Amino acid sequence: MLSEPPARPTRRRLLVGLTAAVAALRAGELTAEAAPSARSVPESVPVDRAGLQPASLALPDPTTATLEAFADTMVPGEKRYGGDVVIAGAAPGPGAVQAGAVELLNLPELGIGVLLPELALLVNTRALAYAATHGRILLPTQPPFVALRFTDRTALAGELLTPGAPDRQLYVLLALFAAAAFDTAAHLHTAVAIRQRHPGLAWIGFPAPGADGLWRFPDYSYGRRLASEHPLTTRGGHPA
Amino acid sequence: MSVTERTDVLVIGSGFGGAIPAYHLAAGGAEVVILERGPHLTAPDFTHDLRLGSYTRIVDLVQGDGITVVAGNCVGGSSVVYFAASLRAPSFVFDRRGSLGHRLWPSTLTRAALDPWYDRVEEALPVAQQSWDQVPYPGGLFAAACARAGRTCNPAPVAVDLARCTNCNWMLNGCHFDAKRSMLLNYLPAATAHGAEIRPLHEAQTIAPATTPGYRYRVSYTQLDAGDYRLPVGVGAIEAKTVVLAAGALATPVLLQRSAPLLGGVPQAVGRYFSGNGDRVSIADVDEGKVRDLLGLERAPGIPYQGFPIGKPIGSMSYDRLDPATAEFTRFSLQQIYFPGITDLLAQATDTPATSWFGVRKKEMRARWPSWLSVLAMTEDDNEGVFGPPPPTGSSTRVATSLCLSTLSYRPTANTLRGWAAADAEARAVLERDGLARVRPWSENAAGSVSAHPLASCRMGDDPATSALDERGELRGHPGLFVTDGSAVPTSLCVNPSLTIAALAERACPGIVESTAEAGVRARYGAPAPR
Ligand SMILES: Cc1cc2nc3c(=O)[nH]c(=O)nc-3n(C[C@H](O)[C@H](O)[C@H](O)COP(=O)(O)OP(=O)(O)OC[C@H]3O[C@@H](n4cnc5c(N)ncnc54)[C@H](O)[C@@H]3O)c2cc1C
Repeated sequence: MLSEPPARPTRRRLLVGLTAAVAALRAGELTAEAAPSARSVPESVPVDRAGLQPASLALPDPTTATLEAFADTMVPGEKRYGGDVVIAGAAPGPGAVQAGAVELLNLPELGIGVLLPELALLVNTRALAYAATHGRILLPTQPPFVALRFTDRTALAGELLTPGAPDRQLYVLLALFAAAAFDTAAHLHTAVAIRQRHPGLAWIGFPAPGADGLWRFPDYSYGRRLASEHPLTTRGGHPA
Repeated sequence: MSVTERTDVLVIGSGFGGAIPAYHLAAGGAEVVILERGPHLTAPDFTHDLRLGSYTRIVDLVQGDGITVVAGNCVGGSSVVYFAASLRAPSFVFDRRGSLGHRLWPSTLTRAALDPWYDRVEEALPVAQQSWDQVPYPGGLFAAACARAGRTCNPAPVAVDLARCTNCNWMLNGCHFDAKRSMLLNYLPAATAHGAEIRPLHEAQTIAPATTPGYRYRVSYTQLDAGDYRLPVGVGAIEAKTVVLAAGALATPVLLQRSAPLLGGVPQAVGRYFSGNGDRVSIADVDEGKVRDLLGLERAPGIPYQGFPIGKPIGSMSYDRLDPATAEFTRFSLQQIYFPGITDLLAQATDTPATSWFGVRKKEMRARWPSWLSVLAMTEDDNEGVFGPPPPTGSSTRVATSLCLSTLSYRPTANTLRGWAAADAEARAVLERDGLARVRPWSENAAGSVSAHPLASCRMGDDPATSALDERGELRGHPGLFVTDGSAVPTSLCVNPSLTIAALAERACPGIVESTAEAGVRARYGAPAPR
């Protein structure tokens, strides 16, 4: 196993820091307005059809690029612009990145901003080792995990997330945040997220609330007997 | 230093196990104080929201080694966040022998013996029988699939006021419409009406002998910050003549472990024999065309199903595999259930375990989310969970609002694995027939096995070597210290456990009142079901 220089936070501290960040998300503390929403609306993401990378969309800093690439491995999406190397473009439609995975990790209220570079470094250290053992040549202009092809990102993530693997809990949390951003818009009030057409909730077809922001399903039943009950059912509907 | 207070009865935890004795003791004339670790929220606070910071205030995700458990953390305990399926345990459960090879339940406890206590609880909640036209689409679909596969299927009995229920499917957040019959609507208000005092954000830490003559125990507690449960904001101690420990199956044994040196030891079964109720969840990826063609269902023109997020989370279940004549570890119930999106992570899209739960195929599967159907098997496990040494405070290390690390480790034995394999095979036999759906259990890679039904970590029984409580629910060797929560239940139940936990708590009450009277309190037993 690769060891780390002592000056860096210990992995245990990383884990506690990462999970403790959830504590900061207390009711009322995070207003919907405070959460960045630009990436929540897929239509607003500029796409350069000519394949030229707009200057404003140059490769993000290595930490963001790495965390985005990891989130994209969990819930893959389409590239934001031609020449997007961070999102692998392995699947059509928006993925965890567009759904706000990195916004969720970077929320000031979450308070783990300072730990993210170390997390990304851990991922990249493992990516380098993976490349070395699998004979992959990595472009030096990109963080190692970003430089891996999607199939290799997937294989490596599978290794990192396997029960018993070193530091697995850290990677599980990264996976959990990526999925939570996509499946639940965990950084947004759900009703607000639906109104903003959050790409993850839209992708899974999460139903919309009523005008008061509450869900109700007046039509909810097929309305007929669809099986016979067990013959030994007791009074009140219990098993014997 | 704070002054030590005194009360007749101290109850630790306010779920089914705490609320029920609190009511009977208060109604019987005893002075009752309830310490509850979580906050006191009510219907207006229960929002429809998946944002971190909403439901995470009242639900804990407790990660052990090989298992993750979901539990409530608020006044009312898990009854506030539960899904309200209210089942009596099948008769054979009480005769279970497990791998120890002897009866695990007290010989006095049978289904027939417990039925009168089940009756009381059902009256108090009350439990409703859903008619078929009250079973939501997913339950209907599951029933139709069962029928087509030659199985039976029942509407699940639920502790829900069906007239008030909006079928919103937000039960995990607490019921905004007060339709779900949690302890907030019956036993707890009835207890406070008789003078019981509930103290939220009070976490009990140790139980020790009292120093005041006439009092038996001294419980120390920490007051927790309402905004960050990791921060203590005060300490105190209360002496009581009787202590009812009902902190839940994840917390009760840990409190006793920490208290063991103060109490001069606790039975060795404390913190052993934990059961996750054999919980096993699978996701079926349903083919809408087959729902129409094979089952003849259509919920709206052109829409056969697409009903995953609609309804009450639990609609129907099959009792076919609860056959007492079959071998132990092969019996289970299979229940249609809905879990909110935070668990979507666990669904498997392929048969390659290492990568089955993420990536391209998983995203494709997410696009069919409205056509998912999930089923929960509750099997016979082997009570193989064991707690390590207790953390410095509380029952686990809270690293965030709702994320806790526990010393619980759970390594399923061959017996438990046999039960899960049988349940998986049955789920496939019902739901994969003629290509209706593709069924896979939740991935165990992320969280180990997952249970919402922790049990048995401080169980009752006749054998002192393998049970911590006698058949009255009293901790062996510690008169006046009773345990009445899920930890007292000796084995997995093959059905959802709340009604059995509640019935056992009702059954323990006469003995707790008697013990309290013996300690000099003028208390009587006999209060009617709360109204
Ligand atoms: C999401 C979910 C869905 C469920 N659905 C169903 C269902 O449909 N049907 C069913 O039968 N069962 C269901 N269950 C299980 C059921 O809710 C529990 O089995 C039952 O509520 C447990 O009751 P209890 O009294 O043992 O513990 P709890 O209700 O968990 O009560 C323990 C209480 O003690 C408090 N506590 C813990 N430590 C301390 C301390 N040190 N000091 C003070 N207080 C403390 C806790 O905060 C909690 O409030 C579900 C559970 C969950 C989580």
